[in-house]
Amino acid sequence: MNAPEQLPAAASPVHWARGTASRVPYRVYTDEELYRRELDRFFYTGHWCYAGLEAEIPNPGDFKRTAIGEREVILVRAADGSVQVVENRCAHRGVVFCQEKHGNAKDFTCPYHQWNYDLKGNLTGLPFRRGVKVRDEAGKVQVNGGMPADFKLEENGLTKLKVAVKGGVIFASFDHDVEDLDSYLGAVRPWFERAFNGRKLTLLGYSRQRIPGNWKLMQENIKDPYHPGLLHTWFVTFGLWRNDQRAQMITDAHGRHAAMVGWKNAGGKGEVTQGVTSFKEGMTLQDERVLDVVPEAWWAHPQGEPGAPPSACMQTIFPNLIIQHNVNSISTRQIIPVGPHAFDFIWTHFGFADDTAEMTQRRLRQANLFGPSGYVSADDGEVIELSQDGFRQSADNATVCELDGTGQGGAPHNVTETLIRSMYGYYRKVMEI
Amino acid sequence: MSTLPASSISLDTRAAVEELYARYVKCLDDGAFDQWPGFFTKDCVYKLQARENYDRGLPLALMMFESHAMLVDRVFGITTTLYHQPYYQRHIVSGLMVNRNPDGSLHAEANYAVFRTKRNALTDVFNVGRYLDEIVEVEGTLKFRQKLCIYDSELVPNSLIYPI
Repeated sequence: MNAPEQLPAAASPVHWARGTASRVPYRVYTDEELYRRELDRFFYTGHWCYAGLEAEIPNPGDFKRTAIGEREVILVRAADGSVQVVENRCAHRGVVFCQEKHGNAKDFTCPYHQWNYDLKGNLTGLPFRRGVKVRDEAGKVQVNGGMPADFKLEENGLTKLKVAVKGGVIFASFDHDVEDLDSYLGAVRPWFERAFNGRKLTLLGYSRQRIPGNWKLMQENIKDPYHPGLLHTWFVTFGLWRNDQRAQMITDAHGRHAAMVGWKNAGGKGEVTQGVTSFKEGMTLQDERVLDVVPEAWWAHPQGEPGAPPSACMQTIFPNLIIQHNVNSISTRQIIPVGPHAFDFIWTHFGFADDTAEMTQRRLRQANLFGPSGYVSADDGEVIELSQDGFRQSADNATVCELDGTGQGGAPHNVTETLIRSMYGYYRKVMEI
Repeated sequence: MSTLPASSISLDTRAAVEELYARYVKCLDDGAFDQWPGFFTKDCVYKLQARENYDRGLPLALMMFESHAMLVDRVFGITTTLYHQPYYQRHIVSGLMVNRNPDGSLHAEANYAVFRTKRNALTDVFNVGRYLDEIVEVEGTLKFRQKLCIYDSELVPNSLIYPI
């Protein structure tokens, strides 16, 4: 008797055409089960995640609420000045007890049963731990309830994350066995240190958006030096980023992090603008202050390469951070996944404590290029949404990431998709797919 | 019974400000973006800023324009350079308050809610906030010298392209 043909199980193997990472199956963007595995393997174990900036919590008791993966955490400066990251979840009944986005606290108390924690997440006490004394009708004292005698406060604190602070940037990991941050950053570390060399940062503010696309698409967007000179009119027309500029594509030994380093050029008409509809010949600004770029000393190439310093360095620190340096605008961009089909994208713009008032104003003005309304960023969110729409339409297909071949690693130019392939090479190893 | 303080402006002035708001939101809802800068003075300030930043004194804004010319550049961005899925906007403005500043200009505030309707899609609540405006008379016409749109909405639903 012939059995009916079996439908593929939900956990069927993921097919990678050509056996490499140059064709990414749509399923990795849409599959709920793969997404759960990503949270476990990238956000909750083995990796450092960005949590915030020291400048956001300058004083003892200052806290900020954020999330790593889908788990809410609180970033707090303890009384001894140390930076702590604890999970926003009461040990008792799981209440996400902190509902302010930021503030200053002496301690944390859960509203439900008033379990109280210090700023390092230690449980300091709870009501009726020793029960409640009452007198019975005969006047005899008895104790009602209370926690068991072997209940230990020190075993019932908040989940504490491992914390690393580097150059004013706070990383945290649920995994206390994660490697040290410097070795984690690998080959992008000199670029990280170029932006964060220990100078004091000043917070300029936040932009927040929810992008209806898979979180990895944002990592890919900033590992994709091919698109800026095509999608973004401002970049190609004014020469801020285009495919005939000097550029370096750098990735770490694992292929998970990257730095896209670019030198702006004069823009205008050229080989790379032929047939490019986003190029607008003769476009000028009515108010040119938005592009009043002033080079800064810290832009210098960390390996001392001669010539003008790079004007842009876009870093992707896997899995949840993008560090933006583009001309005088600098920000961190945090990825908070919300299921396989959406992520929240939090921009924290900052400057440096020694900035002049003019430089601060310049950074704010250039911020018009970036963020959910930005001249060169709003459309990134739009195309990511449209990619996700396409993935949902036809789960058996795969993307094509073969500009500049099928290999992985760095590149001395920006006409390449090698950084995306590198990320998926790493992804396949960790995900075991 | 409590008595309301006497308004520092005449009903005619209030009506003129109401008319300004009505024309302003009609311009945006009609998608007549080329006319949008015309509602502002040459040295205007326009900001669309998260309430979070405004309340904390953090200067970052989603859009920060410091001149009529920057508004013209934004219109070029909307109409020519910024790729986006097209959408309709519909503004609802309510609770207008108008007072006169010591220099004779007007300070006006009002709540706003903007609905977004993409092609072939359901209508969303897009951006909700409050206008904090300074208005002056230029050659017989009221214009915004400053317009702050301070929005409550914690997350922008992907992108926000058109002015509010």
